Amino acid sequence: MSVQKFPGTKLSAKEMYSLPGLVESSPQAKYEFSAGPTISRFLKGLKEGKILGRRCPRCGRIYVPPRDYCEFCHVPLADWVEVPDTGRVETAVVSYISVKRERLEKPEVVGVIRLDVPGYPEDGYEFAGLFHRICMDPEEAKKDKTIGMKVKARWRPPEQRTGSILDIECFEPVG
Amino acid sequence: MSRVAIIGVGWYGFKPSTPEVHFQGMMFESSSRAYADANVDPRKDVDVFVDCQEDMWEGIAIADEFAPEPIGGALRPTFTVAGDGLLGVAHAYMLINSGLANVVAVEAHGKPSEIKTLNDIYYFAFDPLHLRPLPTGNPFFLAGLDAQAYMARTGTPRESLALVASKNRSQGLLNERAPYAARITLDDVLRAPYAIYPMSEYEISRFSDASVTVVLASEEVARKFTDRIVWLDGIGFNTEVGTGAVELHQWGRMPSMRQAALMAYKMARIEGSPSRYFSLAEVEDRFSFMELLALEETMIAPEGQAHVSLEAGDYDFNGPLPVNPSGGSLAMGIQLEATGLGRLVEAVLQLRGEAGQHQVKGARRALVASWRGVPSYTSAVAVLSSEVNS
Ligand SMILES: [Zn+2]
Repeated sequence: MSVQKFPGTKLSAKEMYSLPGLVESSPQAKYEFSAGPTISRFLKGLKEGKILGRRCPRCGRIYVPPRDYCEFCHVPLADWVEVPDTGRVETAVVSYISVKRERLEKPEVVGVIRLDVPGYPEDGYEFAGLFHRICMDPEEAKKDKTIGMKVKARWRPPEQRTGSILDIECFEPVG
Repeated sequence: MSRVAIIGVGWYGFKPSTPEVHFQGMMFESSSRAYADANVDPRKDVDVFVDCQEDMWEGIAIADEFAPEPIGGALRPTFTVAGDGLLGVAHAYMLINSGLANVVAVEAHGKPSEIKTLNDIYYFAFDPLHLRPLPTGNPFFLAGLDAQAYMARTGTPRESLALVASKNRSQGLLNERAPYAARITLDDVLRAPYAIYPMSEYEISRFSDASVTVVLASEEVARKFTDRIVWLDGIGFNTEVGTGAVELHQWGRMPSMRQAALMAYKMARIEGSPSRYFSLAEVEDRFSFMELLALEETMIAPEGQAHVSLEAGDYDFNGPLPVNPSGGSLAMGIQLEATGLGRLVEAVLQLRGEAGQHQVKGARRALVASWRGVPSYTSAVAVLSSEVNS
């Protein structure tokens, strides 16, 4: 059955809003978020092709992305460390639809990368990592072997980097 | 039931803008200072964390989830209050008084400098069906309506409103947390063009960024951490009508503040005239007339008489009851949901004898009254005391 066959009167948007019972209101909500000293330096690092983390002087956790403070010790974070741009896929997902359930033209694969940062137990739930796109065939991504797969950052060419998380195009499978 | 003590305060900001810090960094800074001040370890000693904020101010939906980490509340009991910081203090009082918690931290913050469409954000709070479509110029027209109704009812002259502005803006020169302090004379205010009739720009508080944290504890536990104790003897809170009900508000009055004050005074067992009870008052003044109305609704001044006492100098820094020795919001600015908590900190510092250049001599009992601002009809009132300055 096609939509055209439903009975009723088709209304234009203008006609619809002219009916009592529906009031349009669209104030604007716009913000400018200060990144602060820590994320600013992290973004600058990305522009230079580096992933930077910050170490807690008390518990030794390395935060990637870095923060101003350790949420466990409630102390300011201290040393900066450059961490490898390689790691393993902790978990990944393929989305085929938007939040309103429309089919996406191209399915997106995104995931959480456990970066190769020392000091974290192999099977612990905590790690230094990044959430990002994963450049791989969505059909491949659905296979079991995706979890734990070795990946490496695919950087944009230096002249195209802007100091954004998008300076890394995606993480792509290696080896 | 335990008495409730304020054992630590901390703040960051009170500046027109804070581009140097992320909002969570600001929360970390103020909470770190409060925990150091209270001599507590937030990861061990604080039982519950209360955070006061509102999504539209934050620019983040479900901003609650951003609250715990910077204030030490990760994986600890934390909840948020979409309201003024003084309402968070009321929650802390209940948690401690009921025995559910020994130590509670309350944080509130506002970073209005990062909101590019502040006027529109205010309109988000208005009824979309019958209020938003009208040409109201700016959201503070509501305060103008109240100011007019208040002046007509009480016979308060325009000069008295101007006097509040010159008193508070000048008084703020002694306060390091008052970026809008300036030596403003009564004539300066009266000569300025109207911004929202009957007020000039001098009489409408501007905005500033801040995070404020306060640590509260039960009496027994408080003494383990500090001997600089300020008692929270009473706290009241109340809401009149919803924002959509502009037609139902009692114009020229703030009955929510009256009810909040009655609640707080009953808890604090204040009998007789509260005007003789307090050494100082930090009351709502984001619009000049609000200071006078707040003094009447908290029963510091008889109905319609606040302007008489103001003109007599009773509320001056050296008068019998200094009102807003901090310079109030007119000098400190409005820090969105942190406004009431910032004024509580002012009162705490006064009662500890630590207010520096604007210390009120012999301050022993303080009143703090906050209003959540346009377009709300929600108020909170706190009664504080200490023996430090006796
Ligand atoms: Zn740590």
